[in-house]
Amino acid sequence: MAKKKFVLHFPEESVEKPVTYHLVKDYNLIPNILRAQIDENEGTLVVDLQGSAEQIDRGVIFLKDQGVGIQEAIQDLVINRDRCVDCGSCTGVCKPGALAIGPDDWELKFDLDKCIFCELCINTCPTRAIKVQF
Amino acid sequence: MAVKKTYEEINEKIRRGEAVVVTAEEIIGIVNDEGVEKAAQKVDVITTGTFGPMCSTGAFINFGHSDPPIKMTKVWLNDVPAYAGLAAVDAYIGATELSETQGMNYGGAYVIEDLIAGKNVKLEAEAYGTDCYPRKDIVTYISKDTLNEVYLFNPRNAYQNYAVAVNSSARMLYTYMGTLLPKLGNATYCSAGQLSPLLNDPFYRTIGIGTRVFLAGMQGYVAWQGTQFNPQQTRSENGVPIGTGGTLALIGNLKDMNTEFIRAATFHNYGTTMFVGVGIPIPVLDEDVVEKASVSDKDIYTTIVDYSVPQRSKPNFGKVNYAELRSGKIEINGKTVRTAPISSLNKARKIAATLKEWIKQGNFFLQQPVENFSLDQTFKPLEIVTEEEI
Repeated sequence: MAKKKFVLHFPEESVEKPVTYHLVKDYNLIPNILRAQIDENEGTLVVDLQGSAEQIDRGVIFLKDQGVGIQEAIQDLVINRDRCVDCGSCTGVCKPGALAIGPDDWELKFDLDKCIFCELCINTCPTRAIKVQF
Repeated sequence: MAVKKTYEEINEKIRRGEAVVVTAEEIIGIVNDEGVEKAAQKVDVITTGTFGPMCSTGAFINFGHSDPPIKMTKVWLNDVPAYAGLAAVDAYIGATELSETQGMNYGGAYVIEDLIAGKNVKLEAEAYGTDCYPRKDIVTYISKDTLNEVYLFNPRNAYQNYAVAVNSSARMLYTYMGTLLPKLGNATYCSAGQLSPLLNDPFYRTIGIGTRVFLAGMQGYVAWQGTQFNPQQTRSENGVPIGTGGTLALIGNLKDMNTEFIRAATFHNYGTTMFVGVGIPIPVLDEDVVEKASVSDKDIYTTIVDYSVPQRSKPNFGKVNYAELRSGKIEINGKTVRTAPISSLNKARKIAATLKEWIKQGNFFLQQPVENFSLDQTFKPLEIVTEEEI
């Protein structure tokens, strides 16, 4: 079993399609929706897809056929250690706990696996040390 | 036998390289293991440290005179206004002053950091022209090396203690305590706790006017009591205020500062501010000093305040200690709430450790306050009244 994180972008014409149902029913995948958001431009879904590597690949092809924009989890959060002062402000808005500080050295740690790319930390960081990398 | 040491005796030990120096975290274990009296005999100096956003920070600058000279009644540094209602070519740049071109992305704090880093800064000034100062405008570049004097004078630094901020409303709040998530989504706190200077000397016995301190990587001084100094704050049995309490006005030469220990910052939708690193040595004059300085996070309480109420007096959710806050979560009204610090304990520890090394190596001597702070002062609000009512 493999697990991969994707950011899915739904243009207006794709929002009506029940893609998650098809990923489960037709491709035998276990989707775990980490974050869902609809704004004036598009719908965004951050999702973990669990299944065999082949099933995930087939699911991705299906999504592309449906007109869904797919960003594989190549997105990263980069912390500029020269700017970061280890204050910990960012950890206050990080609900999944990807950014954490304490309990011993009180240095900021980041765990990409837990990150759901909500980007709340970007503006919260007082020294502007956190950037999203696409 | 009661321990008594004088500043002169401790400084003589420092001079001989024999002073025993520990941090305010290390003294906790020593007192636990050996008791207050033995600790007081053994230890000569206890170092403290804090590194948090301190808005009331700024620098006095003297630019030198151009030819022909200008009075400089209005001054901008990298498009950030500085106050120039002083003698010709003197100005004060405050950390929270915003850039007229970049808004909250740049401000006085960034100018100060750029100057410390040795960067060139654009100076623009205007004046009305006088017989002695005929020039009416100037545009030029400065750096810390071209300036005569440039020193930080911070009216309010090193708050003794501070409230914990929460938000009970349904919308996100952007404050000087960081981003507060709705419906008690998080709680932010801002103190070095057991390592913080004024929490280790709660009645200001050794910290007063003239005390030599670590300020942003160099040796500075306590110039005065800080603004909003509030010694009458409610205190726990151990003497520690459970709210803001005392503050310090600090002074020090910007040219000797180090950006590792002072940093410009922006709180989203609030404005610019400055992380300032402060460390203060506490001389072990007697057992009472050691007992007070051995206070630990679990015995330092503060108040949980609801920042969603836009009034001077905000409702609170009771008290909490720093050991609980440092654990990462606290309970408010039966709900588990994630906690996050705003000030850096990592940096505070580096400051206390650096100060310890300076003293051990004989590079930093203790200065007895030339005057102590009054404990009688009260903290007054500003009332909106007519001229007849005041």
